[in-house]
Amino acid sequence: MARTLFDKLWSQHEVLTLGGSVSLIAIDRIFLHERTGSVALKSLRQAARPVVDPSRVFCTMDHIVDTLPGRGDDTRMPGGKAFIVETREAATEAGIRVFDVRDPQQGIVHVISPELGIVLPGATVVCPDSHTCTQGAMGALAWGIGSTEAEHALATGTLRVNRPKTMRVRFEGPLAPGVTAKDLTLALISRHGSVGGNGYAVEFAGSAVRSLEIEARLTLCNMATEFSAFTGMIAPDDKTFEYLRGRRYAPQGELFERAVAQWRELVTDEGARFDREITIDVGELAPMITWGTSPQHAVPVTGAVPTLEQSGTPREAYERALTYMGLEPGTRLDQLAIDAAFIGSCTNSRISDLRRAAKILEGRKVAPNVRAICVPGSMTVKRQAEAEGLDQVFRDAGFEWRESGCSMCFFAGGESFGTRERVVSSTNRNFESRQGPETRTHIASPETVAASAIAGRLADVREIAAAA
Amino acid sequence: MEKFDRLTAVAAPLLRDNIDTDAIIPSREMKSVSKTGLAAGLFAGWRYTTIGGRDPDPQFVLNKPAYAGARIILGGSNFGCGSSREHAVWALHEYGVRAVIAPTFSPIFFGNCIRNGIVPVRLPAETIAAIAAWVEQDPARHQVTVDLEAQTVAAGGALQRFELDDEPRAMLLEGLDAIDLTLKQRPAIEAFRNRDQAARPWIYL
Ligand code: SF4
Repeated sequence: MARTLFDKLWSQHEVLTLGGSVSLIAIDRIFLHERTGSVALKSLRQAARPVVDPSRVFCTMDHIVDTLPGRGDDTRMPGGKAFIVETREAATEAGIRVFDVRDPQQGIVHVISPELGIVLPGATVVCPDSHTCTQGAMGALAWGIGSTEAEHALATGTLRVNRPKTMRVRFEGPLAPGVTAKDLTLALISRHGSVGGNGYAVEFAGSAVRSLEIEARLTLCNMATEFSAFTGMIAPDDKTFEYLRGRRYAPQGELFERAVAQWRELVTDEGARFDREITIDVGELAPMITWGTSPQHAVPVTGAVPTLEQSGTPREAYERALTYMGLEPGTRLDQLAIDAAFIGSCTNSRISDLRRAAKILEGRKVAPNVRAICVPGSMTVKRQAEAEGLDQVFRDAGFEWRESGCSMCFFAGGESFGTRERVVSSTNRNFESRQGPETRTHIASPETVAASAIAGRLADVREIAAAA
Repeated sequence: MEKFDRLTAVAAPLLRDNIDTDAIIPSREMKSVSKTGLAAGLFAGWRYTTIGGRDPDPQFVLNKPAYAGARIILGGSNFGCGSSREHAVWALHEYGVRAVIAPTFSPIFFGNCIRNGIVPVRLPAETIAAIAAWVEQDPARHQVTVDLEAQTVAAGGALQRFELDDEPRAMLLEGLDAIDLTLKQRPAIEAFRNRDQAARPWIYL
């Protein structure tokens, strides 16, 4: 019978069926970070339960760790240091590989996992972090879990999982200039809602997805959680295999070739059925930006703040979002002055993201009164960017250039952009107070962030590029 | 984990859609590597008048005397979206909440509820709105009953059935520890692993 990619991944990992739609699923890779992994490790230790296979568990310091030059264990977040120290202790004791604060390979979990070949096609990967779905772009079944589930995975090498339904989202057609994977995901969520994917494992397919490079595919899958999906995934292809060849934890030599032969089977068969299908014509899309406090509140950057009717949002939520964001219906988004610009996060902080942003910034200056920050997703990305001179482009334009980590993607209790400051950000969440108490976040692609930083207002990257 | 069979309690309506885990417990309220000491930070951004402060905002539902002792939350769609932080569920539990009734839940939050003895009840938004309207008439007396055995919610003379898979339902009803349960399957897990290691040696590091 014709099977979907998800069906294949699921059955390959099914140890047992446990009744109803729940199965015991074997877990190939576990990733932890100091924010939520620490408590799982600590609790496991208290229960005297050993980690069953520490060689397949990895840990990074990304969430709370400081991103200012010269950093150590101290953080701006009150009590933050304890998370780092306790995670290091517990992970080391359990025999888990830690990408520590000063490790040359430290970085955001969903950036370093593909970068080091930890996530592989056909693998199950879990992490107590909602954006674990990012890694599904490698043809893996990767999803976010809670800390108790992480304990379960660590102690048993398995999870009890309720089988999700399947959905295929096809992006078809050529991408217009200035339109990126970030815009595809924002378009999907704005059209089908922030609960559109609830209950589904979503496969992204179609000619536009095939044309995306690996890093862009990671961006696309990153926001499956903002779609409320169980996870997102993309069938692996030659691009995936070439990306992984030679990576540190990927199989090497003859074993790699054997693996690739198996990985080629990881595609949805012709005629396989999904519980739901969505097709989006990519040709008609423009660069997107959010106006409100949910990722579904996204419109083309050339558009205006929608009216209640246009917004597709219940009245109370709509009014609340407008008040929070300090907006009036009908205001053109590209007229909105900004206070800050942020390029970073597991969505858009990889080398290709930085290259594209640098292209916009080259020979230009960030508008006065705009605070601009760039935080590479990993130390590897940072070194690569520096080798290419991108750091200089960012600095010359007026951006701060930092050490890698989650940084101001979320507010940990330390650094913030400030109350009611308007921020254009390459991150994935524009929730109330996500980037600091009462901060107003507009999510967009890194090039839109760069273009906006220069213009001092939300801007259409195509307009800035044309002015060159 | 404590068992859950039936609960009759005050229900607090928070019918907003997309209540995210950072709203349930802001990052800044998670001050140590611990599952406890979180109840005071529950809904901190809405519950108190200042950021980081502890002066109750009288407008917030849980601060209204009529809702004292609420153990059920009536929520909007996509409840518990955002960060995977289980602290959101631990904070709710420590505060006393044992059931959340919402049209849809974020999948991670849903799983976290099951693992911590909180019943996530899915009902249509209109039904929840009707229950909330009835509760609001007299919150202390108009209590809501969640019966997990029967899979029903009773409120205002109406009885609603809700769906929950057998496995999570059994875990909640019996207060089972999932790890203990799974460790009983060790022979099957090991057999799987041996087969798998031969088929996919690169997975084993
Ligand atoms: S960069 Fe942001 S979204 Fe990504 S893992 Fe870090 S905090 Fe989460």
